[in-house]
Amino acid sequence: MTVKVTNRVLLTLLLLMLAAALGLPLLTDAPNRLVDGHGIALSALMRGKYVWLLLPFVVLVVQSFAPQRRRTQVLSAVSATVLLSCLTMLAGATATALSGGPDSFVRISFGGGFWLLFGLNCLAATDAIGRATISRPARIFFNLLVFVPVALLLVGGQLDQLSIMKEYVNRNDVFDAAVVRHLQIVVLTLLVSVALGLPMGLAAMRYQRLQRALFPVLNVIQTIPSLALFGLLIAPLAALATRFPWLAAHGVSGTGMTPAIIALVMYSLLPLARSTVAGLEQVPSGVIEAAHGMGLTGWQVFVRVEAPLALPVFLSGLRITAVQAVGLTVVAALIGAGGLGGIVFQGLLSGALDLVLLGVIPVVVLAVVVDSGFKLIVTYLQAKQHTTQQMSEQTSEQTRPA
Amino acid sequence: MIEFHQVSKQFDHRTVVDQLTLNIAEGEFTVLIGTSGSGKSTTLKMINRLIEHDTGHIRFAGEEIRCFKPAEIRRRMGYAIQSIGLFPHWTVEQNIATVPSLLKWPRARIRERVTELLGLLNLDPELFRDRYPHQLSGGQQQRVGVARALAADPEVLLMDEPFGALDPVTRAALQLEIARIHELSKRTIVLVTHDIDEALSLADRIVLLDQGRVVQQGAPAAFLTDPVNDFVRDFVGRSDIGIKLLSLETVSRYARPGEMPQGELRGEPISAHLSLRAALSAFVSRRVDTLAVIDGQGQPAGVLHFADLLRREPA
Repeated sequence: MTVKVTNRVLLTLLLLMLAAALGLPLLTDAPNRLVDGHGIALSALMRGKYVWLLLPFVVLVVQSFAPQRRRTQVLSAVSATVLLSCLTMLAGATATALSGGPDSFVRISFGGGFWLLFGLNCLAATDAIGRATISRPARIFFNLLVFVPVALLLVGGQLDQLSIMKEYVNRNDVFDAAVVRHLQIVVLTLLVSVALGLPMGLAAMRYQRLQRALFPVLNVIQTIPSLALFGLLIAPLAALATRFPWLAAHGVSGTGMTPAIIALVMYSLLPLARSTVAGLEQVPSGVIEAAHGMGLTGWQVFVRVEAPLALPVFLSGLRITAVQAVGLTVVAALIGAGGLGGIVFQGLLSGALDLVLLGVIPVVVLAVVVDSGFKLIVTYLQAKQHTTQQMSEQTSEQTRPA
Repeated sequence: MIEFHQVSKQFDHRTVVDQLTLNIAEGEFTVLIGTSGSGKSTTLKMINRLIEHDTGHIRFAGEEIRCFKPAEIRRRMGYAIQSIGLFPHWTVEQNIATVPSLLKWPRARIRERVTELLGLLNLDPELFRDRYPHQLSGGQQQRVGVARALAADPEVLLMDEPFGALDPVTRAALQLEIARIHELSKRTIVLVTHDIDEALSLADRIVLLDQGRVVQQGAPAAFLTDPVNDFVRDFVGRSDIGIKLLSLETVSRYARPGEMPQGELRGEPISAHLSLRAALSAFVSRRVDTLAVIDGQGQPAGVLHFADLLRREPA
């Protein structure tokens, strides 16, 4: 009997997992939060009941040689999820065993091995889910399901002795305030962006000459590095606040939330205006002609035909804008806007890696949630309208890195 | 019903419609025909003010069309186009109900009308009512497009190459459909096409346009028997004018009614409703010079002789 690899992707991921498990420490053990710890390998921890960790791994190896059926993919997704959860549980339990009493300064942190294994397992699960399910909403749902066990461990206090959770306990109120501020900035940015970007897109659609002038300008803004744009706004806004005290009374100043939101809005205008135009342009001209020909007034054509048909594409633009704002708001902390970036930079400055992670992880989670949420809405709308999603995919290329 | 008087239209200094004078009578099936760029589509769209004319007068029901609001005049005219333009996010029922809802008909009446129209266009109402356009074939979509144009019982039906994108079989079926609807309702229909066969089979009156001017207008047969110039002769197709002439007449008008079939006439008798063109085909393919004819009820209706095809006047 010959053995044939049926899922190269999975096998590659598994080989990488093996390398990560053997070559990198799963956790690090440090006497306090500021010094580098020494690594703890996964092999050192695989004693007693944790030997069972090998089981889901072996199942995954078998699946990459098994015939690719739906059942195979379900088994792979479940195995990857189990492996992910068990690794997290192992990390939590090890931290509890090693960290000593409540007065101890000992810090057990995630090592490179853990992050790699975590990421590779996510990829394996996502790949299997992608192969097993066709509908996009179901795919998003199952992808979120992968993280439920980890979330339960977190809420259940199993991970409390890990360094990152200790950082959280120490900065509980700061963290909560940062999350709230972060969301505040993102939501305000989106509201202002829609209020400006949508009319801009509509105007650009109507007046071709404006479109030719507008998009190059917005394009140039997109190319300015975020930090530079934040910096550039400090002087003019500070001057404005000094010149007009009532502006200062309403929160306008060179640093803080106002310049952050202004800069974020400037970045959001291009994707929003562009997706508005793209959305309206993809409405078939025959449909619009028929609507006019049947006696709908201009306003009725817009409200009943053009707007609903353009909405999915517009929302795809809004999705890009939202994800971009979540990321860029981190940088805005540098000009005193607050948010999760504040925690990140504090961690960077004091060399406390776990503090950095405490800021970064919620940003990543937030970005994923926002992205999935918008995707779900767009998918729902498109299913309802029975239109293709080609156009919304095309506008997605506008994503910019923070 | 619709009168054009000295109407001109220019796009970017190019004259598309040139001093056009045209009278479309009530209840008449008028076909505007011409090559691409002849101004036929522009002429049609000027009727419902999708395109505004530059000079001259267009009257609808005796009144200058500029006296009407564009939306109002369009709701009084049905409009069907080649790309169909069904609203993809609305069901078949919602699509057909577009104008009735604009006119604020009561719900029950709209529903009733949709059922009636789907039946008229041979679409099972219960099967198609709640479908979306993308779930229909091209021919079914165009049927819905025509039903939508007819929904509010318009005084005029405007059709811009409505069957242009359909395959020949579906197109022929829909042509029959529209001929039947015209027969039933005696509604004024203006149809634009570049297909001379479509024009010959549907029109009461054909208007041939070239470079924004009328080259010839009149009954279909006149285009074949009395073309005014070479352009018309070329347009209708020099080589098969005779065949096309035959397609305008039916067997029933040329068969010899009293005569009984002599001896064994080869093959099945032919229907009196067929065109002479189909009869010619039967003569040639069966290699005979007489054909037995039966009427709609299957009763003998005389005999058609090959020589009858050449007669100028019906029997």
